[in-house]
Amino acid sequence: MNWEVVMGVEVHAELSTKSKIFCGCTTSFGGQPNTHVCPVCAGMPGVLPRLNKAVVEYAIKLGLTLDCEITRLCRFDRKNYFYPDLPKAYQVSQLYLPICRNGNIEITVGGEKKKIGIREIHMEEDAGKLTHDPQSGTHMDFNRCGVPLLEIVTEPDFRSGEEVLAYLEQLRETLLYLDICDCKMQEGSLRADVNISVRRPGEELGIRTEMKNLNSFKAIGRAIEYETGRQIKTLENGGHITQETRRWDDEKGESYSMRSKENAQDYRYFPEPDLLPIKIDDRWIEGIRSDLPELAHQKRERYMRDYALSEYETSVLTGHKSISDLFEDLSNQTGEPTESAHLITGVIMQLMNSTATLPEDLNIDSKKLSYLVSLVVAGKINRGAYKDAIEAVFTDDTDPEKYIADNGLMMVSDDRIVSETVDIVLADNADAVSDYHSGKDRAFGFLIGQVMKRMGGSGNPNIAREILRDRLG
Amino acid sequence: MMLYTSALELSAAIKDKTLSVADVVEEYLGRIENHGDQYNAFIYYNREKAMIRAKEVQARIDTGESLSPLAGVPIAIKDNISTAELETSCASKMLGGYTPVYNASVVDRLEQAGMIVIGKLNMDEFAMGGSSETGVYGAVRNPWDTDRVAGGSSGGSAAAVASLQVPLALGSDTGGSIRQPCSFCGVTGIKPTYGSVSRYGLIAYASSLDQIGPIAANIDDCAALLSVISGPDERDSTCVIEQPFEFGCNNAEDLSGVKIGIPRNYFGGGIDDGVKESVLSAAKELGEAGADIEEFEMPLIDYMVHAYYIIACAEASSNLSRYDGLKYGYRSHDAKTLSEVYRLSRSEGFGIEVKRRIMLGSFVLSSGYYDAYYKKALQARALIKDAYDRLFRKYDMILSPVAPTTAYKIGQNIDDPIKMYMGDIYTVSVNLAGLPAVALPCGFDPQGLPVGFQLIGDAFSEKKLVDAARVYQNRHTPCKIDQKGMNQK
Repeated sequence: MNWEVVMGVEVHAELSTKSKIFCGCTTSFGGQPNTHVCPVCAGMPGVLPRLNKAVVEYAIKLGLTLDCEITRLCRFDRKNYFYPDLPKAYQVSQLYLPICRNGNIEITVGGEKKKIGIREIHMEEDAGKLTHDPQSGTHMDFNRCGVPLLEIVTEPDFRSGEEVLAYLEQLRETLLYLDICDCKMQEGSLRADVNISVRRPGEELGIRTEMKNLNSFKAIGRAIEYETGRQIKTLENGGHITQETRRWDDEKGESYSMRSKENAQDYRYFPEPDLLPIKIDDRWIEGIRSDLPELAHQKRERYMRDYALSEYETSVLTGHKSISDLFEDLSNQTGEPTESAHLITGVIMQLMNSTATLPEDLNIDSKKLSYLVSLVVAGKINRGAYKDAIEAVFTDDTDPEKYIADNGLMMVSDDRIVSETVDIVLADNADAVSDYHSGKDRAFGFLIGQVMKRMGGSGNPNIAREILRDRLG
Repeated sequence: MMLYTSALELSAAIKDKTLSVADVVEEYLGRIENHGDQYNAFIYYNREKAMIRAKEVQARIDTGESLSPLAGVPIAIKDNISTAELETSCASKMLGGYTPVYNASVVDRLEQAGMIVIGKLNMDEFAMGGSSETGVYGAVRNPWDTDRVAGGSSGGSAAAVASLQVPLALGSDTGGSIRQPCSFCGVTGIKPTYGSVSRYGLIAYASSLDQIGPIAANIDDCAALLSVISGPDERDSTCVIEQPFEFGCNNAEDLSGVKIGIPRNYFGGGIDDGVKESVLSAAKELGEAGADIEEFEMPLIDYMVHAYYIIACAEASSNLSRYDGLKYGYRSHDAKTLSEVYRLSRSEGFGIEVKRRIMLGSFVLSSGYYDAYYKKALQARALIKDAYDRLFRKYDMILSPVAPTTAYKIGQNIDDPIKMYMGDIYTVSVNLAGLPAVALPCGFDPQGLPVGFQLIGDAFSEKKLVDAARVYQNRHTPCKIDQKGMNQK
């Protein structure tokens, strides 16, 4: 008999606001330990939080996009627990009145569309980080304390690992297009926990385990597969599942129990008395709604409609916000959407693949690219030179104007120089000339090739063709 | 130096060059040095820093800078208010040797006003207590009888003012912690409306109840100090007041048109006869000044203390979690593992009353008990707030005792927490409802110990309360001050 896997996902997304949720410290990643801290985020005695309004706006943006109800009077709560990375020994979070509830998001798996319910989205502060050094012991770094987070909790609507991954991709795309999270899993700005249970189809929900420490999409896929297998095997061998939190070890490819429900902490949540409830009125919501940026699916429709791009091209161009941003910059600067699209889906994608560059790390000067696009469209450089120059800009951020000049890649459209070259080629290749005259069209191609070769690729092939045809009569 | 009975007069004398700031600061430092040990009101003071600061303020006054009506006046502050240059211990072993890296907002305001912070005042540990006996530095002694408590938790603040070691002090009031020691020590204090004085830098006991307020020898000084420290603060979003209080001059001797309610059932069982007589005589006096006095039955009194202790302890259990032995303050020497650092540091670093309240608070927030205790207490709080709202539609203010007794002997009640908690019966509802109250001395009990009463007003009605208190104090000065610097009957 078959088993059905039932999963729900909790995602923590670090918001890309300039300052932290309750103080003015920067949210930027990295920095020397304890340099992005002040008395407030370090939780010194007597300090009070001051809510960064941008965090509320980011949460509303996501809530509206995921079709959630926005809680008109929402509030923060304290989640109390002791851990050295939490300097106040409580996390300011939302339990009783989260800012967004009852939304949904559509995913596509194997061509099938499916709606995933969003149970809630709540705002909270991130904790710090502990680093362990075998010599000097454990060190606390509070730089990350107070970085704003949204926790996005789904309903238990997933039935396969593919669905979970499709959801995460879709959510990541949404967060990126809303420009509220940079979604760098390797820096921890997007973190996912997966609740997994199995059951016989039609039965009640099974006992779930929660998987933590999932640091990449690949790890999530592997962890789901492992845990599903473990649970099914346990049940088929007559065992039972313990409700527990398990930590995934991606190197070993297995998970182990962190704590069971019996040892689960009692967080003693209660309303945060240091912050006033947040009143969210229609005007605020509608203001945010009217400023929502264009999302990926809207861009795809527009690209196909306005630029007549193929479905494949539009999906590549909207695969990541950094790519669609580059595309839009390039088309706007050059007025050449088709060429811009070809460049990105062709050469740029090849370069990204061969250098294993992630879209979020793509850092290329669109002005430099647009200079080259304009040249190639105007026929001033040939395709080969274009590709080389693009590569130089991609790899070394080269100045394309200088690169073209230094390598003599600007096509020679000067009739005199092209004529002289044609004459030399004709004189050197009498056989080919007579082949041509005897009706062998291929000889024309050979002669053009010789002209271009002599000119080191910088001859304008159209002009060369014209002159050659003229000389050959 | 001649004795000034008012901080405002002192500042005026400094302004007109009758006195220098240094003279004044020197005088008070001398009193602390000579008489301080008798009362144990100060935890810490710093002569050198105070004298340097006196010079700076004098220079500002000399250049004609307009500072405040309290410029040049020394002040001492309760040791739960953060001072960047002075140790701040909350009278706890847990914070022994801790010096904050920042000033509380009120401290910044005192400095802008040209006042001189000369030291930090003793208190109950983390402001938990009503007798100033629970701190690690020992009991504060009542200047009227040094075998007796000064009240608490701002006992050091009230005792320092009563013994003339400082003309002004700041205290904090979570459930009566300004008003009750003022009553025990025969001085005047204001518990401001919640949200009128910034709490930024006040080391939290119970965040939804705590409020910093002034203590002085008379209502005018208190009002002047409240003007300095009140007002909005972007660092405290619960500080919702729009402008600092302005009290102006009011020499009215008449209270006609003012309706004062007196809760009849506050004078039933459990109140000392001496307290009852004194407070009722104050009511009579206000009546003679023209106020319309009317008795009423105060509802919900059986729920006030319970709701207060559940809410205050719940918040305290969370607020005091940050003292984990890792970052600052006390760490047990015996701790070898992380859980031992937590357990031993907190077991050894906190005193018994603080631990009692943390445990009580943790319990009422625990899964399965939240609804039974914490949630019910919040409901009771809402009912109490409603009851006050209804009363203030009828009355301008409510007159009540501050405490059922006068100052008791040191050690007398320390092992009976229930008795101690019930001593808060008249004060806690004011904090639960976020209201302002002034505490004023109104006489003495048969043992010669001071008695106080309070006037409770609607939110942000401080001016009304201060005006009424002025009328009362203009007619009735219960304390005289002798040349040795001691209050005398």
